[in-house]
Amino acid sequence: MPDLGLDVLFKGINMQRLLGGLWVSLRISLIAIAISIFLGLVVGWLMTRKNIVIKAVTRVYLEIVRIMPQMVLLFIVFFGTTRLFGWNIDAELSSVIVFSFWGVAEMSDLVRSALISIPKHQYESAYALGMSEGQTYLSVIIPQTFRRLIPLAINLITRMIKTTSLVMMIGVVEVLKVGQQIIEANRKASPNAAFGVYLTVFVLYFIVCWPISMFSKRLEKKWS
Amino acid sequence: MKKIIRKIAAITLAAVVAAALLAGYAFAADDVVYRTVDEIKESGTINIGVFSDKSPFGYVDEYGEYQGYDVYFAQRLAQDLGVEINYISTEAANRIEYLQTGKVDVILANFTVTEERAQEVDFALPYMNVALGIVSHDDRVIRDLSEIGADDRIIVISGTTAETYLVKNYPDILLQKFDTYAAAKSAFENGTGVCWANDNTEVIAFAIENEGYTVGIESLGSADTIAPAVTKGNESLLNWLNDEIKALGEEKFFHADYEATLAETYGLDYEDTLVVEGGVVAAAE
Repeated sequence: MPDLGLDVLFKGINMQRLLGGLWVSLRISLIAIAISIFLGLVVGWLMTRKNIVIKAVTRVYLEIVRIMPQMVLLFIVFFGTTRLFGWNIDAELSSVIVFSFWGVAEMSDLVRSALISIPKHQYESAYALGMSEGQTYLSVIIPQTFRRLIPLAINLITRMIKTTSLVMMIGVVEVLKVGQQIIEANRKASPNAAFGVYLTVFVLYFIVCWPISMFSKRLEKKWS
Repeated sequence: MKKIIRKIAAITLAAVVAAALLAGYAFAADDVVYRTVDEIKESGTINIGVFSDKSPFGYVDEYGEYQGYDVYFAQRLAQDLGVEINYISTEAANRIEYLQTGKVDVILANFTVTEERAQEVDFALPYMNVALGIVSHDDRVIRDLSEIGADDRIIVISGTTAETYLVKNYPDILLQKFDTYAAAKSAFENGTGVCWANDNTEVIAFAIENEGYTVGIESLGSADTIAPAVTKGNESLLNWLNDEIKALGEEKFFHADYEATLAETYGLDYEDTLVVEGGVVAAAE
């Protein structure tokens, strides 16, 4: 059997360090995802309103997120706020802020598109049945919106988890960075460590993301 | 048409806001962001930026502890200041940013002194040399670039200082360029090129790890140095560091550092080539 360089995982507390790094990635992304889902629903609903000011503001917000690479946003929040205002935002908090800023924008756009994809006659039929606006949303529109939203939202969530590898640029040591540290520390002793370590990181990401997409499949099936 | 105009307007506005953010970011007022020696001592902790994945200079061992040539020095600094160390894992691309925002007090991350960088940060006295080196096969050791024949090729990795240096100073020498270290290594091992030019630490490590190769030229081109860096204007810490480096020279501290951290990779033969003691760079040979 070829040397896959897996031995480095059992040296010292390396496996524990990798799992610790994974927890850092997850901590950042899960908090940001929770914020994104909650605020994304609110902002997405606001986007469908006819108010021109709200429309303009949300539009500009969305375009900013689309234009700016996440890396630039991380640098602005972590280093930029120190330069401009002298704030010293903790690196992990900066990451949560940036990932939420990004997540809310994308999520709200998904919510908006899901909401406007519901045909007008659904609203009209509900009103014709004598339902109030609240009842219409709760029992007719929202369930249909959710069904359309789930696959798109899951895509966003897994993307957010994987993109946390960028936070190493502001000094947060997450799973991929720990992996690189292990590879480099063993460059001489196990030259094949890169393969084994990246394989492990891949498996770890998979273990996290796969149940999420399984869960979404189940929801989709249940609601169709 | 109206829709398109509106869309263009939104994108333009967003771009303007984004540009304003970036501009504000670049032209921010320079307040004092750094901490003086007294402030560091008072807080009881020094923030030191090191590499966490550049063995053997700055890396993390299998127990999660920072190790390496830079870290050995960092530990001594903290000990002499009487403070604890808070290590910050830096990347090559964010070292200057960390200093300019005062998020670290000192960078000890294999930081090569260059003129451009010296505009942005203040370098203390150097503690290590870097130069280019050339490794050849044992059966034909190149000890001087004049030995390179008209048809001989030197292997270089694209984008490295070795490539830039040779192209600029020896335009007549043929180069065989590779994109990655691994490709250059296997080509060299298989007999492509008479020798391989790279950072001297790299070629020395290669010759030690692999049988049948000799570093014929240990130090070539502009000899650069590695030094600690502090935030621009932090005279207090800069002076303290310079005095400390001079004082450490008397006890041959960096030789001890080399023997503890680098000797395993580079062997003892290159100690005087790589180490700078007391901040004094020996005159070029």
